[in-house]
Amino acid sequence: MNDLIEKRIELKAPISRVWRGLTDYRELGEWFGVKLNGPFVPGQISCGQITYPYEHVKWEGVVQKMEPERLFCFTWPHPKSLDKAEYASGDHSKDPTTLVEFRLERTATGTLLVLTESGFDNIPGDFRLEAFRRNEGGWAEEMKNIERYVAKAA
Amino acid sequence: MLQKQRSRLTARGKTKACVFAALGDETRLALVGKLSGGQPCSISQLTKGSKLSRQAITKHLRVLESVGIVHSVQAGRESLFEFDPTPIDEMSKYLDFVSQQWDQALARLKSFIED
Repeated sequence: MNDLIEKRIELKAPISRVWRGLTDYRELGEWFGVKLNGPFVPGQISCGQITYPYEHVKWEGVVQKMEPERLFCFTWPHPKSLDKAEYASGDHSKDPTTLVEFRLERTATGTLLVLTESGFDNIPGDFRLEAFRRNEGGWAEEMKNIERYVAKAA
Repeated sequence: MLQKQRSRLTARGKTKACVFAALGDETRLALVGKLSGGQPCSISQLTKGSKLSRQAITKHLRVLESVGIVHSVQAGRESLFEFDPTPIDEMSKYLDFVSQQWDQALARLKSFIED
């Protein structure tokens, strides 16, 4: 079984623009859907509140590395359940964490972004996935909202 | 999810054991391979053809049992071990979920950056 998620995406924008979109806490907040309390600083915890799609969930990441226009990475926790009531009553100090890495490469047409998330072997097999299944319908609806928002903003 | 399944998931949570970690070992992966055919096997059957002792195989089976991938069933005086795909299915569903979230977040990043 694979312990790694990897995504590659070509962005038609200069590497400096992509770097800012990832590492400026307000810009990341815009597309990720999180309201962060302050800038990212390597070695420090970054805190905030998710604004979409799990508004009851806190953002808590520990910034690992910021190598300008090359690598931005942080670790973040995976709560056992994203169900609102279960999340609220849970103790999140021991949530297992994974490592999220954004790597940038200059290309002829813009920037290649390679995202990896690894360390899923830290996660016990008892995650409460029924909460996600319950949410599947809601997700499709939320995606339509984004499409509308993006179309309006464009 | 059925009530029975849910209580089994909760019981397994107490072991704090990890599905991925349990599978991150060649011997255990080979045992899962043998059992995944669906036929319950005895320790003797599982030891046959292996360089490892009965005790070593039993230890590996207990690790798989602790994360719920393998269950032992009593058949007369013998313990048989059978494969349960539920924890692996759950983990791969969780990975699919996280993967989907990233697809959607990166699509939003793309529109945000390129607009």
